[in-house]
Amino acid sequence: GAMAAAELLVLLLVAAGPGPGRADSGRERRDTLREELLLSPLPTGDVAATFQFRTRWDADLQRGAVSHYRLFPKALGRLVAALGVRELHLALTHGFWRTRYWGQPPLQAPAGAELWVWFQPTVTDVDKAWKELSNILSGIFCASLNFIDSTNTVIPTASFKPLGLANGTDHHLLRYAVLPREVVCTENLTPWKKLLPCGSKAGLAVLLKAERLFHSSYHSQAVHIRPVCRDASCLAVSWELRQTLTVVFDFFASGQGKKDWSLFKMFSRTLTDTCPLASQSKVYVDISPKNKEKELLEVSPPPTSVHEAVVQGDRKTYAVYDLLSPSLFNTSRSLNVQLKWKRPQDSSEMPIPTLHAQRYVGGYGLQTGEICTLIYNTHPYRAFPVILLETVPWYLRLYVHTLTIITKGKENKPSYIHYQPAQDRRRPHLLEMLIQLPANSVTKITIQFERALLKWTEYPPDPNHGFYVGSSVLSALVPSVTAMKDVDVEQSPLFTSLFPSSDGSSYFVRLYTEPLLVNLPTPDFSMPYNVICLTCTVVAVCYGSFYNLLTRTFHVEEPSRGGLAKRLANVIRKFRGVPPL
Amino acid sequence: MAAPLVMVVLAAVTVRAALYRSSLAVFISERVEVASPLNAWKRVVEGLALLDLGVSPYSGAIFHETPLIIYLFHFLTEYAELVFMITDVLTAVALYLAIQDFNKVVFKKQKLLIELDRYAPDVAELIQTPMEMHYIPLKVALFYLLNPYTVMSCVAKSTCAINNSVIAFFILATIKGSAFLSAVFLALATYQSLYPLTLFAPALLYLLQRQFIPIKLKSKSFWLYTMQYASLYLCSLVVIICLSFFLLNSWDFIPSVYGFILSVPDLTPNIGLFWYFFAEMFEHFSLFFVCVFQINVFFYTIPLAIKLKEHPVFFMFVQLAIISIFKSYPTVGDIALYMAFLPVWSHLYRFLRNIFILSCVLIFCSFLFPVLWHLWIYAGSANSNFYYAITLTFNIGQILLISDYFYAFLRREYYLTHGLHLTRQDGTEAMLVLK
Repeated sequence: GAMAAAELLVLLLVAAGPGPGRADSGRERRDTLREELLLSPLPTGDVAATFQFRTRWDADLQRGAVSHYRLFPKALGRLVAALGVRELHLALTHGFWRTRYWGQPPLQAPAGAELWVWFQPTVTDVDKAWKELSNILSGIFCASLNFIDSTNTVIPTASFKPLGLANGTDHHLLRYAVLPREVVCTENLTPWKKLLPCGSKAGLAVLLKAERLFHSSYHSQAVHIRPVCRDASCLAVSWELRQTLTVVFDFFASGQGKKDWSLFKMFSRTLTDTCPLASQSKVYVDISPKNKEKELLEVSPPPTSVHEAVVQGDRKTYAVYDLLSPSLFNTSRSLNVQLKWKRPQDSSEMPIPTLHAQRYVGGYGLQTGEICTLIYNTHPYRAFPVILLETVPWYLRLYVHTLTIITKGKENKPSYIHYQPAQDRRRPHLLEMLIQLPANSVTKITIQFERALLKWTEYPPDPNHGFYVGSSVLSALVPSVTAMKDVDVEQSPLFTSLFPSSDGSSYFVRLYTEPLLVNLPTPDFSMPYNVICLTCTVVAVCYGSFYNLLTRTFHVEEPSRGGLAKRLANVIRKFRGVPPL
Repeated sequence: MAAPLVMVVLAAVTVRAALYRSSLAVFISERVEVASPLNAWKRVVEGLALLDLGVSPYSGAIFHETPLIIYLFHFLTEYAELVFMITDVLTAVALYLAIQDFNKVVFKKQKLLIELDRYAPDVAELIQTPMEMHYIPLKVALFYLLNPYTVMSCVAKSTCAINNSVIAFFILATIKGSAFLSAVFLALATYQSLYPLTLFAPALLYLLQRQFIPIKLKSKSFWLYTMQYASLYLCSLVVIICLSFFLLNSWDFIPSVYGFILSVPDLTPNIGLFWYFFAEMFEHFSLFFVCVFQINVFFYTIPLAIKLKEHPVFFMFVQLAIISIFKSYPTVGDIALYMAFLPVWSHLYRFLRNIFILSCVLIFCSFLFPVLWHLWIYAGSANSNFYYAITLTFNIGQILLISDYFYAFLRREYYLTHGLHLTRQDGTEAMLVLK
């Protein structure tokens, strides 16, 4: 009893005393966590909730062995150090962001799993590192990322520029893969939540309950790791880990047809306390007035402050709830932010985003088809270029001489085309184009393909379901209506600092089109033995006929004495009195 | 004889020109029976477009033509229709001249054998007369030019027509006796589609016969001539391949063309036996069966050479047929080439056993191919087995046709030497059997 107590006391003293890495907090590694939730009501009555958890760690993961992980998850840190990763972006999405009706997404991801990685220049065998990386991530996130291989990996040359610090961009260090068939479920959410410093026990992550999150129109969870400047002088490098989760709750399914949303209605939880490890924990609600009228959205309880920012070219107003401010949890133990519309929203006021796109398959039958992409530029007077990246699996054989780009009835020649044809069973097609979109126009891009017949073992278990073609990626610098100031990452909300901005007149947007489902002709799967036997029979018929003709010669047939049947017939004939055979 | 030939040529050109301008042209060029991954015009255009984009046409899996074809069509893309019509006409004219010469050779040989008393006395009705042989070259040209298979192949602008043309010139050069030209054209044909390699044996036999060199393994002059011809052939092949290397500065075309022909990775349906077989093959045995099927094309050459060493042109016909049936990506254009020779053996008609049934089988299968394709691919009410069944039937029809002609040929040879009215030992009429 006394000995145990003494041991416990010693342990407590040792733990409480200054540890090896905590002597002077000013000099050595420091990691900070900021968490943020953005609630934006969408024009169609749905509401989008975007969670962002940003851990910034002022340490150099590449050089020197880092042994003490505090907020930065050890699994990802060791991955980055061991495989020489410079930037990693993994997104698991279910559903599709309908840009035309919901507006530009803060950060969109294609349906399924998407992984793109920039490796350090020190990595010698990038393909080997990529294979190892996808397998390790497959284990960490319980997703079948191990299906990423050379048949769905491409090396884009212009589309996926690094989002963090980069000196020199040799695109051979970049790999991009999409698994459109990947299904996202609770099994993928749990390990994602485990990477958060507070887990799902405190702070904003208590809202992440699977039964509500997956009952939605769109659910996207992502992990982004990139190196950033430690301060304005950029003399040292910090590593930033952002975990984002975007979910769109449907007006009819989750909202039961009523346009009053609240945290409880969306997540069946309310916020009770903050994560003690977070240095900042805020909830932003988009209360921007439409058409410059007075606000039509009322939030309760009253926010701690109001923040104005220019986001994606528009001036927006946000009601801010700072969970770390002591006044918030004074009155009640829990925070349930409620959004009420003051008057019904006119459906004709739906704003159309400046850039949106759709893609579909044209044609009929199982022999040929056509991929059509429509890109809309709704800006009234500004034209801007867009980079389109298409990755098409090898079994849809693209014919690049049938590629046509028509804008306003005239042919539009792209200023840059990079086309890498597919090799059967080895790599997919890669088509990257820089297309100039004139103001207020629709651009139609069509390319024809032929459907291949695969070997019977290469079809998935449900072959008539079809084969998925991953979403194509559109990257553009969209001109903004309002000039944007350069944002300081530390001071501004997280959702404004996702993409680096080059100048104030345009903002970067990355859109994804719909994935396609294409049917291929199938052989009869029940017939392997029959086919082998029948075809070999035909070959044997030829062999047999030729063998006979080549090895035998003509002879005059000598009359034989007759076999048994003939003799029997002659006996019967003798009885009948008929001449014998 | 020139005037009827010109009329036939004009008729053929008119038919093709009319079809080019009609809406059937697109329909025909998409048919898998006419255009295969090796010789489709769409792929030639795609290869040229890739070259324009700065990408090597062989970096993908679409283009499987040889660099000389790229070189040819780089300048002639706008005149493609004219090029294919001229190619067909040239093939027909080459076959016409070749068969004309061949008839003279046959007639001379017949006269020699009659004078040497090699023929039995009562075979007068089996001897070919100049009267009946007069129209054979025209019939050959007609059979080639107006064969629906050839017309469809030309309208689809399949490069099979160019291959046929080269083989026709090779046959013309061989029959005229020019070893050098024969070797050069054979090298070009092999360079384009690999399988004409087997035509080396009949050409060699014909040239040896023409030079009156006896075909005995111990004869020195036999080996000397064989070495000469083989070295001419191999040297031209090497020169052509090196020229292709210098056109695009890479050896990429070798796996793309020859590797593709031999390893059959593309399983697009066609009229051959390979596609469904390898679509349903167990992965473990795939390599073994690819080897078996490819050897199947080449291994009939030596036995046929031994049996038919006195009749090299018939040997060439049988060999062409075997190539057309068993090659990895056959099309109807290949069939049209050997069918053009059928009038040359029209004197065998009385010995053919199943000609009516076989022609019916071939005609019905040709009509059923597009029907069952439509039912499988567009209507969705049939599946791949239907089309496969017609493939099997069509190939059996072709195989039995060739073996029927072979049987008739051998039987006529027997009758020529042993007499037409055969009697048994007791004087009654005899039956002839193959034992």
